[in-house]
Amino acid sequence: MSNDVAIVGIGMHPFGRTEGVTGMEQGAHAVREACKDAGVKWEDIEFAFGGSAAAGAPDTMVSQLGLTGLQFINVANGCATGGSALFSAVNTIKAGMAELGIAIGFDKHERGAFRVNTKGAGLSDWYGASGMALTTQFFGMKINRYMHEYGISHDSLARVSAKAFRNGAKNPMAWRRKELSEAQVLESAMLSYPLTQYMFCSPGEGGVAMILAPAESAHKYTDKPVFLKSAVVRSRRFGSFEVMAPHIALEHNAGPTVDASQAAFEQAGMGPDDIDVAQLQDTEAGAEIMHMAENGFCEHGEQEKMLAMGETEIDGRLPVNTDGGCLANGEPIGASGLRQVYENVLQLRGEAGGRQVPNEPKTAYTHVYGAPGISGVTILSR
Amino acid sequence: MAQVPVDDGVITSIDDPRLIGSRCNTCGNHMFPTQGSCPKCASTDTVPIELETVGTLWTWTVQGYPPKAPPYLGDADPKTFESFGVGYVELPGQVKVETRLTESDPEKLEIGMEMELTLVPLYTNDDGDEVMTFAFAPTGHSNSNGASS
Repeated sequence: MSNDVAIVGIGMHPFGRTEGVTGMEQGAHAVREACKDAGVKWEDIEFAFGGSAAAGAPDTMVSQLGLTGLQFINVANGCATGGSALFSAVNTIKAGMAELGIAIGFDKHERGAFRVNTKGAGLSDWYGASGMALTTQFFGMKINRYMHEYGISHDSLARVSAKAFRNGAKNPMAWRRKELSEAQVLESAMLSYPLTQYMFCSPGEGGVAMILAPAESAHKYTDKPVFLKSAVVRSRRFGSFEVMAPHIALEHNAGPTVDASQAAFEQAGMGPDDIDVAQLQDTEAGAEIMHMAENGFCEHGEQEKMLAMGETEIDGRLPVNTDGGCLANGEPIGASGLRQVYENVLQLRGEAGGRQVPNEPKTAYTHVYGAPGISGVTILSR
Repeated sequence: MAQVPVDDGVITSIDDPRLIGSRCNTCGNHMFPTQGSCPKCASTDTVPIELETVGTLWTWTVQGYPPKAPPYLGDADPKTFESFGVGYVELPGQVKVETRLTESDPEKLEIGMEMELTLVPLYTNDDGDEVMTFAFAPTGHSNSNGASS
């Protein structure tokens, strides 16, 4: 018996800023949309894994959706929260414990850069007091070192941002839907050298939900099931360079993304060349560039040429962040990873509208990265 | 007005500052700040040590906007905030430490340059004391090794 798992319904609340609607209400909206998409009722769902970093305990949303008594487990795993909810839901079905489950992610953050809870992150007060508890600094420092080592230019950073906003303009669910030129990106305020304002995503709001079923029963719910070939989450190993690190070791480790990516490809029995479309964590423009290589899609430094040639555009050799990524959608931490999967389901169904990847993509890849050095990867196929 | 350190256990003293880290007695790994267990070998046999004061700049950025306060205790007023450099300084044979930099001009910061430990003022506390945190300053000496690995 195959124990593959299928995504049979997806739902989303638009990303961005929605005044007067709580993060949890956005999550509940996404759940209702996913149920509609799968043609099921909330009471049909046997279990839920829900994640939110700043918008309340997810399991309390049952008071909005209906008190059906289902098994509802909250997941909190930083930027990999959505990926972890999905991982948990997938494996619950694989284990044969249930037939119909849902993974939910939502969030709503205050404006401006993330306020870091240094105590919660296991850091001493002096670290934040001294002005070092800022995720933006890590991203600036990682890409600055990477540019130095591999010859990536400031223009490449701007190309990534311009592409994100171009793709976001074609996505009705995106927050930032206005195209920006590379010059506008480069000339915006320098927030954390070499990264400017429009090279960073902003904490935001949104909700995503997806309904999962065993592959053999997927056709009961949808004529376009999308199958999860792998869902992997990895934490950091000794020597990797991560966000919020008062020290890093002298010896070097390539980081959790490389580990998660290799494990996901192995599980799926595929390699990077088999992937038709990819959503890669783009907290900022440099992250997308580095993650192209860390996920195995190119060699370090090769990105410079790939971006100049447009290879990661929607009609390119490897379309990356076709929905505008975090840069155009913002980052509601609990929802971000599931947004990537949502976009890939649309792409594989051929329902991505003005941003549809041509030639009927068959395989799709998602990658999240975040504090305190975790990475989540999924590979989907139809 | 006296000067006081930002916290206990981070630097040895105001007059002769050294960063206080840990060394693992089992595998020799170095950590900063002090840590009771080793992330490399999981040993709990670690001892406090004074870290080197001179190293090379491994990477850097410039904090270009006021950090949220709290947790930041320096000047976060958008009208008077001054950008500051942040980087990792590689201390030879020990560890790379994350630190403020005294230099914030991108034209004057270069990966591989030699840096030395110093202290910078953060704010004045309720007792009227000047609270100091650690930073690294360019020594002005060229580093023949250039960028480290």
